[in-house]
Amino acid sequence: MKIKRSGVAAIALAAAGALVLAGCTSGGAEPTEAAASSAVITVNNTEPQNPLVPTNTNEVGGGLVLQNIFAGLVYYQADGAMEYDVAEDITTEDAQTYTIKIREGLTFTNGDPVDAESFVKAWNYGAALDNNQLSSYFFESIEGFSYDENVPELSGLEVVDDLTFTVKLKQPESDFPLRLGYTAYFPVPASAWEDIEAFGENPIGNGPYMLDGEGAWKHDERIDLVKNDEYDGPREAQNGGVDMILYASTDAAYADLQGGNLDIIQEIPDSALQTFESEFEGRTVNQPAAANATIVIPERLAHFAGEEGKLRRAAISHAIDREEVTEVIFNGTRTPAHDFTSPVIDGYSEEIPGSEVLEFDADLAKQLWAEADAIAPWTGSFQIQYNADGPNQGWVDAIANQLKNNLGIDASGAPIPTFNEHRDLITSRATQTAFRAGWQFDYPSMFNGLGPVYGTGAGSNDGDYSNPEFDALLDEGASATEVEAGIEKFQQAQEILFEDLPAIPLWYTNGMGAWNETVDNVEFGWDTWPILHQVTKSE
Amino acid sequence: MPSNTRPDQQHYVAPLEETPLVAIDKVKAEGKPSNLWRDAWNDVRRRPMFWISAALILLVVIVALFPGWFTQTPPNNDCQLSNSNGGPVDGHPLGFTKQGCDIYSRIIHGTSTSLSVGLIVTFLVAVLGVVFGAFAGFYGGWIDSVLSRIGDIFFSIPYILAAVVVMSVLSAYRNVWVISLAIGLFAWPATARVLRAEILRVKNADFVMSATAVGVSRFRILLRHVLPNSLAPVIVITTISLASAIVAEATLSFLGVGLPSSTMSWGNDISAAQFDLRTAPQTLILPSIALSVTVLAFIMMGEVVRDALDPKARARR
Amino acid sequence: MAGYIVRRLLQAIPVLLGTTFLIYFMVFAMPGDPIVGLFGDKTPPPQVLERIRAQYNLDQPFIVQYFIFLGGIFTGNLGTSFSGQPVSEILAATFPVTLRLAVLAVFFEMVAGITVGLVAGLRKGGIFDASALVVSLILISLPIFVIAFVAQFVFGIQLGWFRTTVGTGAPIQDLILPALVLATISFAQISRLTRASVIDTDGQDFVRTAASKGLSRSRIVPVHILRNSLIPVVTYLAVDFGVLMVGATVTEGIFNVPGVGRTLYQAIIRGEGPTVVSFVTVMVLIYLIINLLVDLLYAVLDPRIRYAK
Repeated sequence: MKIKRSGVAAIALAAAGALVLAGCTSGGAEPTEAAASSAVITVNNTEPQNPLVPTNTNEVGGGLVLQNIFAGLVYYQADGAMEYDVAEDITTEDAQTYTIKIREGLTFTNGDPVDAESFVKAWNYGAALDNNQLSSYFFESIEGFSYDENVPELSGLEVVDDLTFTVKLKQPESDFPLRLGYTAYFPVPASAWEDIEAFGENPIGNGPYMLDGEGAWKHDERIDLVKNDEYDGPREAQNGGVDMILYASTDAAYADLQGGNLDIIQEIPDSALQTFESEFEGRTVNQPAAANATIVIPERLAHFAGEEGKLRRAAISHAIDREEVTEVIFNGTRTPAHDFTSPVIDGYSEEIPGSEVLEFDADLAKQLWAEADAIAPWTGSFQIQYNADGPNQGWVDAIANQLKNNLGIDASGAPIPTFNEHRDLITSRATQTAFRAGWQFDYPSMFNGLGPVYGTGAGSNDGDYSNPEFDALLDEGASATEVEAGIEKFQQAQEILFEDLPAIPLWYTNGMGAWNETVDNVEFGWDTWPILHQVTKSE
Repeated sequence: MPSNTRPDQQHYVAPLEETPLVAIDKVKAEGKPSNLWRDAWNDVRRRPMFWISAALILLVVIVALFPGWFTQTPPNNDCQLSNSNGGPVDGHPLGFTKQGCDIYSRIIHGTSTSLSVGLIVTFLVAVLGVVFGAFAGFYGGWIDSVLSRIGDIFFSIPYILAAVVVMSVLSAYRNVWVISLAIGLFAWPATARVLRAEILRVKNADFVMSATAVGVSRFRILLRHVLPNSLAPVIVITTISLASAIVAEATLSFLGVGLPSSTMSWGNDISAAQFDLRTAPQTLILPSIALSVTVLAFIMMGEVVRDALDPKARARR
Repeated sequence: MAGYIVRRLLQAIPVLLGTTFLIYFMVFAMPGDPIVGLFGDKTPPPQVLERIRAQYNLDQPFIVQYFIFLGGIFTGNLGTSFSGQPVSEILAATFPVTLRLAVLAVFFEMVAGITVGLVAGLRKGGIFDASALVVSLILISLPIFVIAFVAQFVFGIQLGWFRTTVGTGAPIQDLILPALVLATISFAQISRLTRASVIDTDGQDFVRTAASKGLSRSRIVPVHILRNSLIPVVTYLAVDFGVLMVGATVTEGIFNVPGVGRTLYQAIIRGEGPTVVSFVTVMVLIYLIINLLVDLLYAVLDPRIRYAK
């Protein structure tokens, strides 16, 4: 999970864009004819919010750094397809015990070998509660993991030989190998354990890039990466390095792009949404990514339980004109939702039965609302809680206006000053209104967008949705050994969501970016990030 | 009637009553005693600038009190995204905001909020600033130390932190009064310091010495002599701070600690329009013009009053 | 005089204690759990939350947290930010940058504000006076982000006179544009204050005396009028300098200045208590010193002011 505090999270690619890009990536990750150059490219980034330890980085600023200086067992191509990187192969017979083999002869940039130990120790460190790692819960399905006591070594992890280890899960989970490209699963060199704090400041990895010496991370200013010549893998850098300039405001980064001080921007500020595609014609990207936005309506709210609740939820969904909001408020930089996941996720379909509820139909909305009123008359006003330190007011007000106009009810946004308070109110269940939510996929799997968010008792199920039928379908899908069989179950599970509407899907977040003529071969991945290693730059 | 010359007199001396000196020195015992405020009033009412600013202020106040007299369009209902950032059409003379609401109507209905915030904050800042500044500057010593250091503490607290805390703690009462309190409570030290400096200067002037010599009490000297002669910079700062307060309300609303977005205010609209600065600048400029005109009226009024209260400036005319 | 200075410096101690306590309390009273916020839109297991809270002492009662912080100050340990960077390092990196920016901005508004105010005051009611009023009105009714965007677009992107944002190390030439933008905020106040003060002084007896002595206007204006008009202006400049040291959040963001405003705002939003309190503590110190210097300067500008006692 890569977090953007602003909430409506970052980007990746899909629908129209995905088709085009799938064409150029299908042959492999490396661009076909790019001439490798030694020029250093510049890209905007934000100050990492945590030390640069893989199991302690869960937000975009640090994530982009780690993704480029580390290589995991697998990596994801631009379209989200998984490919082995450090792994020789990953095998299982029952989707519960996995045997992982590592390619021979790989090293970290300090010479330490990339071996089974470097993974197992890093994962044990991340999972042990005493180490207070933000990503500890990524190891919760491995046998031995506990939230109640500190477990220094997970019983499910076993080193077989130098280059082989096995992972035993608590229950069968067929998408486990798919997760292994996520930051939390990166290896850590043996020397790091002498002083993990110093490591967090000057991390040593095994990826296509490495930090440009001690102190390459100049806090709040820049992080300089240079090409790792020792790197042996599918992501070899086609440029001399990457200078990440750290900005507190995307507006400043955009101005620098215009002023020629920056090669690539990986985010477009709200003030330039209408103009960036004409200003950088032919050098922009704007395509759906593995992230979506919803409005969660907890069942505990008055009028939103039972049959009345279903009618009102459907009415609200029909009363929102997603096309209009994404076009007018976001200038087409969001893509109206047709399901609960994302178009870049394997198994995505716009044809799931029940998805018609996401279509705008003011008359039907009014009718459904009236039917609900017949069960119990509506009282009060419909409010949508959001954090005001992110760019949310515009779209929340627009949706509130649509609900007002189309349902004839009083509706408004309920701004909360800080993201911290917004999340605190939600997790402590103190929120007594609907609220905005966003989900950014940790790894490109349909299960990741459904299980943790709508499963009974799941971590991020902040609306306390519970439907045994839905849970059962999820379990069947997760333990299916065939990918297609799993996807079929997940789609059936979504049919139930369309009926219950625990959250109203709004749109998919687009990956947006632009670049100057100085660079070529710029492509953005499923996770909204620019694929930096393949960018070429003329001297 | 006595004769004009005395026996031994060599020169003609005009009787006292006839000399022009009398006109200067004589005190009109039968008239009402001269009064700073009456003099000021006699002065300002002869000035066109006073009447212009008074008319403008009156207009703004009427708009604030009776928005319904000026527009029939409700400001917050029937906002259609299809009208987003649209230009003027029949019945909507200034066009539409990003959300498709009527700009003219929003400006009219926002007047009351913005004006109230501006006035309450200005009043708060003026009162706190004058009390703290006057006592600190005039009495000096430990009174100065205590009052000035309290000012320092308030001044050092980051305004955003203070506002977030005040508004969050009082989140159930998000109205014009609370937001004005949040702004005003942390804005007065600047005024206090400027007034203190001016009083330090004025309290050594000759007329203060004279008053002391005659035995006027200290407090009375401060009130009647020192303060009126030190107010000029305070008036300048407070009239301008009216504008700053209205803009500050915008910033707070933008940070989510201001008034709810269903409350119309110029600040809310200016903030909301910032992302369209490149493509629809009118949505930002129109409420800014309303703000400018209001502030202009108050600055002009402040100018006239300051001038009228300053006896030295009056003497030169 | 020396006694006065020593007394003023001693007053810093209660002020510092008062301020740190107040600020710490405010950060503590700020609603929202900073640790929950670290997980973004996802909800972490409660056990994990508890442990990380304990790591930053956030599970302790307010007064305990405050004394842990206070104890840290005396041992030179101001704590660390969530990114693991010592707060003392952050202070050392950001304050010099903001100091340069603030000095530059105050310099610009001083030169522009005093010049315009002086001319407007001497020719009260003239064309120059009226246009100065109009210009300052436009500047105060435009929010700072508008001025900053326009300046950045015109001078940085279109004309290319300045770098669009501030480069690594924040060199002076990159800070000129943001400083000019910052100067526009207070230009109105400074010029109006100077104008009022000049008009006030111009009518005083000593100016008339000087004129009747036959002194030329070119001597009276700087020596008699300007010097005696400066007290409120200098006071306001000092106040403004203090404001700029903390408050330039928006401008620092737009021009990507790695300074106090940007960092402090982030720390407040993230609920990083130790960072916020340390910054404000340094701020108070700076502010106390500036005020002391200004008070001493009064005596220079106006010999009648004395701090005997």
